[in-house]
Amino acid sequence: MNNMYTFDTSTLWAALPEIFLLSAIVVVLLLDLFLTKPFKQATYYLTQISLFITGVMAFNLIDQPQTIIFSGSFILDNMASVFKVFMIGSTMVAMVYTRHYLIQHALFRGEYFVLVLLSVLGMMVMVSGYSLLTLYLGLEILSLSLYTLIAIARERAGAVEAALKYFVLGAIASGLLLYGMSMIYGISGSINITDIANFAANADLASRETLILNFGLVFLVIGIAFKLGAVPFHMWVPDVYQGAPTSVTLFLSTVPKVAAVAMLVRILVDGLGAMHAYWADLFMVLAVLSIALGSVVALMQTNIKRLLAYSTISHVGFIMLGFVTGVISGYGAAVFYVFVYILMSLAAFGIVILLNKKGFEADQISDFKGLSKHSPWFALMMLVVMLSMAGVPPFIGFYAKFFILQQVISAGFVTLAVVAVVFAVISAYYYLQIIKSMYFEESDKDITIVAPMDMQLVLSINAVLILVVGIFPDFWIKLSLSLF
Amino acid sequence: MGSEQIIFYFLSFWLIASSLAMIFSRNAAKAVLFLVLSFFSVASIWILLEAEFLAITLILVYVGAVMVLFLFVIKMLNIDKSTLRAKFAGYLPLGLIVALIIIAEMMLVLGNAQFGLDVMPAPARHGADYSNITELALQLYTTYVYPFELAAVLLLIAIIAAITLVHKKEINRKQQSISEQVNVRAKDRIRIVSITSPSKENK
Repeated sequence: MNNMYTFDTSTLWAALPEIFLLSAIVVVLLLDLFLTKPFKQATYYLTQISLFITGVMAFNLIDQPQTIIFSGSFILDNMASVFKVFMIGSTMVAMVYTRHYLIQHALFRGEYFVLVLLSVLGMMVMVSGYSLLTLYLGLEILSLSLYTLIAIARERAGAVEAALKYFVLGAIASGLLLYGMSMIYGISGSINITDIANFAANADLASRETLILNFGLVFLVIGIAFKLGAVPFHMWVPDVYQGAPTSVTLFLSTVPKVAAVAMLVRILVDGLGAMHAYWADLFMVLAVLSIALGSVVALMQTNIKRLLAYSTISHVGFIMLGFVTGVISGYGAAVFYVFVYILMSLAAFGIVILLNKKGFEADQISDFKGLSKHSPWFALMMLVVMLSMAGVPPFIGFYAKFFILQQVISAGFVTLAVVAVVFAVISAYYYLQIIKSMYFEESDKDITIVAPMDMQLVLSINAVLILVVGIFPDFWIKLSLSLF
Repeated sequence: MGSEQIIFYFLSFWLIASSLAMIFSRNAAKAVLFLVLSFFSVASIWILLEAEFLAITLILVYVGAVMVLFLFVIKMLNIDKSTLRAKFAGYLPLGLIVALIIIAEMMLVLGNAQFGLDVMPAPARHGADYSNITELALQLYTTYVYPFELAAVLLLIAIIAAITLVHKKEINRKQQSISEQVNVRAKDRIRIVSITSPSKENK
């Protein structure tokens, strides 16, 4: 046989978490068919167990030397392993919250959990993707699962509209991304990130080749910005967040952001790092617009899911600022911000879900009125989350913003940092608005918390972590910096 | 003229003839059948070009599945032929112009200037033991095994998504409960009522 065609099974261990997860998905999918009504909860527990085992496998691969397998289309490095462990951990937390929502709104179906597992698989593929083809396939696995998850509440007109909107805009974004990829492939002759990096490093920056590389780069940046929800490609974010069932919004707004950032790092930093000067300019515009629009438009919102959507847009702006700097510590700051954002976003949506009851969505800001009387503990937790999102010390949100701004200033973009701070101050208004509703207004509704103990416990730990990690952020900052 | 050329011209003739017949046929079902013939002729030409895998895929997927689906759709939708034909003549000039431009563009890009034998040497002939399918399979299952499996996952999601979104709960579905049917006893279904007949009473 020709030497070109070889498949080395001895390196498969590097993809063990993915292989296990895919097998577990098939088992969960089949078992769910045979479960009768009283045992339907088993799907939930199986999902959590599968995620836990996958997480342990990914954890064991941390600190392994960098390994590239499957003919250069899969990479195992510290960033991949740490991201995978973090994604799986956040998904497990999200699933604890999700179960309460699904039971209250009669949406509990086995397919829901299978689709969540599949989207986690897609994200793991993205995080480990080292060729344009696998990155794209991972993205599509993630996106297709998310479209279906949103539409799973098909009796609600809003959910179907959100799913359709997300599907159409997602398809356009994928098209733009593929167009950019085809340009990069056309000029460099390879889809492997390693080859693209070599090509970009040796390309003559004034030549015709760079023009085509640059042309492809613009489309790649647009595609990634679409997926991250950065302005001016943010139009889908508020509508999808509002229309989707809150449990899906919770998932959608948290874990996939890690995968999107990983894709950004693989394509733009690992692959086209030599072109940093070109894409940093684009990122600067996207970042400033996102921070500005996210902070200002959120002031007018009355729906808390919409408000959190705009807040996400401004957080994405901060994450992108980290990549503008072009230094390793800047990238580390961006990754740290992603971790922090997900911790905060999980808690924020968790509290929204906590208040859910049969026939009551709790998605208006007015639904939080007088929460401090009915449940002082969770009002306090919401206070912590909101202050952290606004960037008040000693909560972790402060360190995330501080770390990013420090890097931006040391890279010489003082004006950029000033603009970011001004809009961060403006955004504090709407976070404080929620705190005002909780503590200084009387409730006109009956707020009783019917959520199970496990959810209350996990949510409390989640919120307390925002304070604890805020006081001792060293470990996370070091971890984020060690990934590059 | 070698036997290969005779076969090529024979297949090409049927390809062009069936394509024209498909366009000008007034009956939608007949048009589909002509399209099947043209697909089949193309597949045969591909086999001449040593692309067996593509040829077999074309026949299996398009002729075997897509065209059969088309036939079903045509039979189920009652298409009013007069509305389809109504503006045919009106669109003819524009259609001809578009077709001519497409032909001109293809001549420019794919013509002899770019792909003539002097520019592009003919690919080497392979022996009888060469298999196009084997070559493709070797690539798919070694170099590209990872993307290949991922594409399979993508298809699995499509199946799950379609069933999740369209499947209706038992309440809205008409189905048999076989266990109930088997376990049924006569006394559950039939009630014997003794009625004294009026004629007897009269006696």
